[in-house]
Amino acid sequence: MLEKMMKPEELAKIDHTPPIRGWMDPYVKFKKGAWCYSAAPKNLKYLDLPNPREWSPDQENWKLPENWKEIILDGIRERIEKYRSFRLFMDICVRCGACADKCHYFIGSGDPKNMPVLRAELLRSVYRKEFTPAGKYLGKWGGGRDLTIDVIKEWFYYFFQCTECRRCSVFCPYGIDTAEVTMHVRELLNLIGVNINWVCEPAANCFRTGNHLGVPPHAFKDNVEFAVDDLKEITGIEVNAPIHKKGAEVLVIVPSADYFANPHYYTFLGYLALFHEIGLDYTFSAYASEGGNFGLFHSKDMLKRLNAKIYAEAKRLGVKWILGCECGHMWRVMHQYMDTINGPADFLEEPVSPITGTRFENAATTKMVHICEFTADLIYNKKIKLDPRRNDHLRVTFHDSCNPARAMGLIEEPRYVLKHVCNHFYEMPENTIREQTFCCGSGSGLGSDENMEMRLRGGLPRANAVNYVKEKHGVNLLACICAIDKATLPPLLEYWVPGVEVGGIHELVGNALVMKGEQERTTDLRGEPLPVKEEDSKDV
Amino acid sequence: MNCEGLKLKDLLVQRRSVILSKWFNRIIEMYPSDTVNFLKKEKDRFANPVGFTISQEIEALFQDLLKGTDAIAKSTSLGNIIRIMAVQDFSASKGISFVFSLKQVIKEELNHEINSVQAFEELWEFESEIDCLCLAAFDEYMKCRERIYEIKANQVTHRTYKLLERANSICENPDESEMAGAGCENLLNLNGGNGR
Repeated sequence: MLEKMMKPEELAKIDHTPPIRGWMDPYVKFKKGAWCYSAAPKNLKYLDLPNPREWSPDQENWKLPENWKEIILDGIRERIEKYRSFRLFMDICVRCGACADKCHYFIGSGDPKNMPVLRAELLRSVYRKEFTPAGKYLGKWGGGRDLTIDVIKEWFYYFFQCTECRRCSVFCPYGIDTAEVTMHVRELLNLIGVNINWVCEPAANCFRTGNHLGVPPHAFKDNVEFAVDDLKEITGIEVNAPIHKKGAEVLVIVPSADYFANPHYYTFLGYLALFHEIGLDYTFSAYASEGGNFGLFHSKDMLKRLNAKIYAEAKRLGVKWILGCECGHMWRVMHQYMDTINGPADFLEEPVSPITGTRFENAATTKMVHICEFTADLIYNKKIKLDPRRNDHLRVTFHDSCNPARAMGLIEEPRYVLKHVCNHFYEMPENTIREQTFCCGSGSGLGSDENMEMRLRGGLPRANAVNYVKEKHGVNLLACICAIDKATLPPLLEYWVPGVEVGGIHELVGNALVMKGEQERTTDLRGEPLPVKEEDSKDV
Repeated sequence: MNCEGLKLKDLLVQRRSVILSKWFNRIIEMYPSDTVNFLKKEKDRFANPVGFTISQEIEALFQDLLKGTDAIAKSTSLGNIIRIMAVQDFSASKGISFVFSLKQVIKEELNHEINSVQAFEELWEFESEIDCLCLAAFDEYMKCRERIYEIKANQVTHRTYKLLERANSICENPDESEMAGAGCENLLNLNGGNGR
């Protein structure tokens, strides 16, 4: 029995203010729904990665190697010597706070350690303590912090809450790329076997079969044929979808979700219809059956291993250039790293559209063109016939996927295409789109189901802007050009903005595309009835 | 202040902006101290959806409370706040506790006036309405949590939609529920793959 019974007014005086805890004090409470499962040992073994074992972040003992501290410090030292940018990012931040309130995870969770500056400080403090005189001699006073097991746990928690979207970098006056800081910390954690399954399993699958799901070549072929059949049912046209066609002009690379997941699949149907209609001489590869690259979320070495198949297949098949489809992080890899890590692709030619003759000088070194650039060029040169009324049942807004927007500047092309294939297009507010776009909250390998609450927090700023255009313009479709977006925005919107679907741009292209010899379309690519009978198709 | 002849609801209307401001601060102070400034000061609704939603919706909620039970039942404001709290790092009790903090704010702000006009019965009545609001908040919270679990469950089938559709079509005697739980692993086995 209680010694003193509290009075009602005392009971009501509950202080909900959290205790003040200095940021240097490493503290993480692993609450279900806010972290990803650890990597299964079989996946680490498959990839020859260190310290494969059964462990879980919410358990006390993470079963780290005995010399874990030495491994991490050696890892930091190696990276400081190797990457000038890394040392720069560690040294030059003046903690001005310009990035502090720009992270979707901070905005959605209110957790201050999700401020990009503070997240990076979790590493910088250790760097200062171990690698700078001020930190060595002055300790905390010099901004230094000891590397302890709790710091490792904190790194795991917060650096797997960064989607490497780079929104914060847009606002940094010094141009610090916080996504790269996250990449370095994840690499360091991988050295001691601290990683998540949603990154390592797709990476292991990809290393084995060429795609994240582990679809073997014959199943890939079946899936493509299945799509050809589906498209025939809708359009009456049996398209040819070549696989491993030697000597084709173009190698087409798609994210694997396009041929097995919903709603990606409808975008895949759109590609098939478009390629048939313009008579593109192309081929898929069942070995390079994945444009996405979860190695990007693991380490530079893994990134290189998983990416190598792209140029290898282009060379084996003897194509002239590569056409890449709707994927997000794939384009950071292709645009910023592929040329230097697995190139030079001097066996390929500078891409030229065989339909319009346009030379894609921007892809002169990578030899890889984004499908939105390619389609925008077709529309600009009036090479395809479109009936945007077939999308009249859709009121569309566009989510700039982080990597195409910020890592390669692909901002106008998708909009140009959208404005030609649908009549009802509405932009979200300016500070939520283009280079300031908000992340889906599930990129960089964080899109696992067990991490759902964290994803919903991180996706709140994006959903909030979608809700605005839904209320203002009746928007019912969020178009995007990223496979992770297409997988993770539907549950996000189901929670925050019910009634808004997610689709790809080439799904809408496929709907609007008037194909020579097609049967009268009665449905869109999803099998939904079309809003108007097609007559007076509009020439563009 | 001369309160003669005033009823509690009149006082609440008169002091509305002070009460709302204090209630807002009380709610925002549930967040870590380093975050409080941002949530309070950033006024752009897209840069600060949490602060904006709370500030807008408590205003509407307060209005509904003054109108009475029917208005509360029709209100969407409570749901809009709870939807945020239900995914953030709060326990269930903490997530809905913001409703109770209105009681404290009213007592602190109107203590003198309530005593001087002896509006205790009205206060008890109004507090009962706040209690009802709290019960409604609990229902909303549960709805949100259930929604999250539904979404998680649906993800299993959505992610491999085409594969499952196809797997069903090539099974001789497909049991839908079994297939839905089987995920892609079965399909890959059907296709002679290694599975995962």
